[in-house]
Amino acid sequence: MDILQGLLGFFDNVDGYEIWRATLDTLLMLGGSLFFTVLLGLPLGVLLFFTGPRQLFERRGLYALLSLVVNVLRSLPFIILLIVMIPFTVLLTGTSLGVAGAIPPLVVGATPFFARLVETALREVDRGIIEATQAMGASIRQIIFHALLPEARPGIFAAGTVTAITLVSYTAMAGVVGAGGLGDLAIRFGYQRFQTDVMLVTVVLLLILVQILQSVGDKLVVHFSRK
Amino acid sequence: MIEFQSVYKNYRVAGQDIPALQPTNLRIEPGQIFGLIGHSGAGKSTLLRLINRLEPCSGGRILVDGIEVTALDAAGLLGFRRQVGMIFQHFNLLASKTVADNVALPLKLAGELSGKQIQQRVSELLERVGLSEHAQRYPAQLSGGQKQRVGIARALATKPKILLCDEATSALDPQTTVQVLQLLAEINRELNLTIVLITHEMDVIRRVCDRVAVMDGGAIVEHGPVTEVFLHPQHPTTKGFVQDAEQIDESEQRDDFAHVPGRILRLTFQGQATYAPLLGRVARETGVDYSILAGRIDHIKDTPYGQLTLALTGGDFAAALARFDAGDVHVEVLR
Repeated sequence: MDILQGLLGFFDNVDGYEIWRATLDTLLMLGGSLFFTVLLGLPLGVLLFFTGPRQLFERRGLYALLSLVVNVLRSLPFIILLIVMIPFTVLLTGTSLGVAGAIPPLVVGATPFFARLVETALREVDRGIIEATQAMGASIRQIIFHALLPEARPGIFAAGTVTAITLVSYTAMAGVVGAGGLGDLAIRFGYQRFQTDVMLVTVVLLLILVQILQSVGDKLVVHFSRK
Repeated sequence: MIEFQSVYKNYRVAGQDIPALQPTNLRIEPGQIFGLIGHSGAGKSTLLRLINRLEPCSGGRILVDGIEVTALDAAGLLGFRRQVGMIFQHFNLLASKTVADNVALPLKLAGELSGKQIQQRVSELLERVGLSEHAQRYPAQLSGGQKQRVGIARALATKPKILLCDEATSALDPQTTVQVLQLLAEINRELNLTIVLITHEMDVIRRVCDRVAVMDGGAIVEHGPVTEVFLHPQHPTTKGFVQDAEQIDESEQRDDFAHVPGRILRLTFQGQATYAPLLGRVARETGVDYSILAGRIDHIKDTPYGQLTLALTGGDFAAALARFDAGDVHVEVLR
């Protein structure tokens, strides 16, 4: 009994409601930012692929420009991006705090990353498939929707999984600028107030989240792989 | 009919024009199986892709059934490509779609048939290529020969008048190659389909083609009916291909014959002449003795042929030569 009491006593600082709210915030930030990241990143990835060297719509200037923007955003440390984005975020959502304030920097941080992964996944599609679809008289639109995206689907799901997990770690960082969520809890209570129990619980919850994302992602990849 | 008028193609590599196809004139008659043979880099793949403009040409005109392919606008080109089927060395099936969905794809892209009509057409096509029971499988579950059958069914989906075959049997084993070639010959007859195929194997040409063009260094160096080109090759490249197909080394053979007494002839029989008892008759009537040094009797597509190398001794050689000449046989005096 004493041991159990002592064990429970260790978790004295853990407030179940706070943890629940923080988990919900993290899930909302993750869901919202993943949605917009895919919405913007998928077309950007397709554009990068098609305008790239030796591709169907090779446009050196456009590709160089897109590439530069993507590289700049990817080389910027996320913590800096969070701060630089504040005025733009306020303009977009009316606040730089909370879940709504976190989503724009998360999306801007993750979209270039996801777009590059999509570009790579599309490059993995056999050129012969594109040629065969062209020979059938497919338009560019048809090539994208009937051949390229279905063929690259496992790769795109893998890219989505990696991006979602990256977003989880980004949401933790977003706690620094007042985004809320599990990361914020870990920083404010676990780190700044030396509440090791809070730190432990939040980290374990983040770990569980990452595990779930990875295994769901892996299942989707396997489900859509026909090779 | 497919017609090339002074068509050429250059690739631009590092600011320089590299010729891939020398100015070429060519006519391919409807309903024919037309073979293009050449080593890799000879330009045959480029020539094939010019027909449906997967590669744009650098100059000249290409006419297909009166349509000037080289002058089509973007929309016209998409419509034109639907009338030209194409199959590939590596099949190029979509791994993410079932066999039935792969065959349905060109029909879906064309958007002219309803879902039900597409289904019906797909099952017709799969039946034609003998893959009905594999409709719901994925390409990864099929053998190479089955994959190419799917490729053929897919290429025929939009009822094209022309089928382009890009090394369609090069990734298949010899037995499967024969089966796929038989299928191509069948659909050529049944649908009166014009087939243009490229290959680096003379055996493929011999089995199915009506006419052949031999390519080397971006130019057609020899062309004509397969029987003609195969039995009487002129260009060194053609001779090389024929010898590879027959596994004969001519120079080695000449050395072997050095010790054989008498005159040496090569007789080529074609069609019904192959079965005529000519040798015995000539020997009896002119008193020559013959020994057969080398020979082969086979078919070129549906035409039987025989090619024999003989040594003749004794008797009246000149008379024998005259009799052979008169007997519907092509004679070459080798020595």
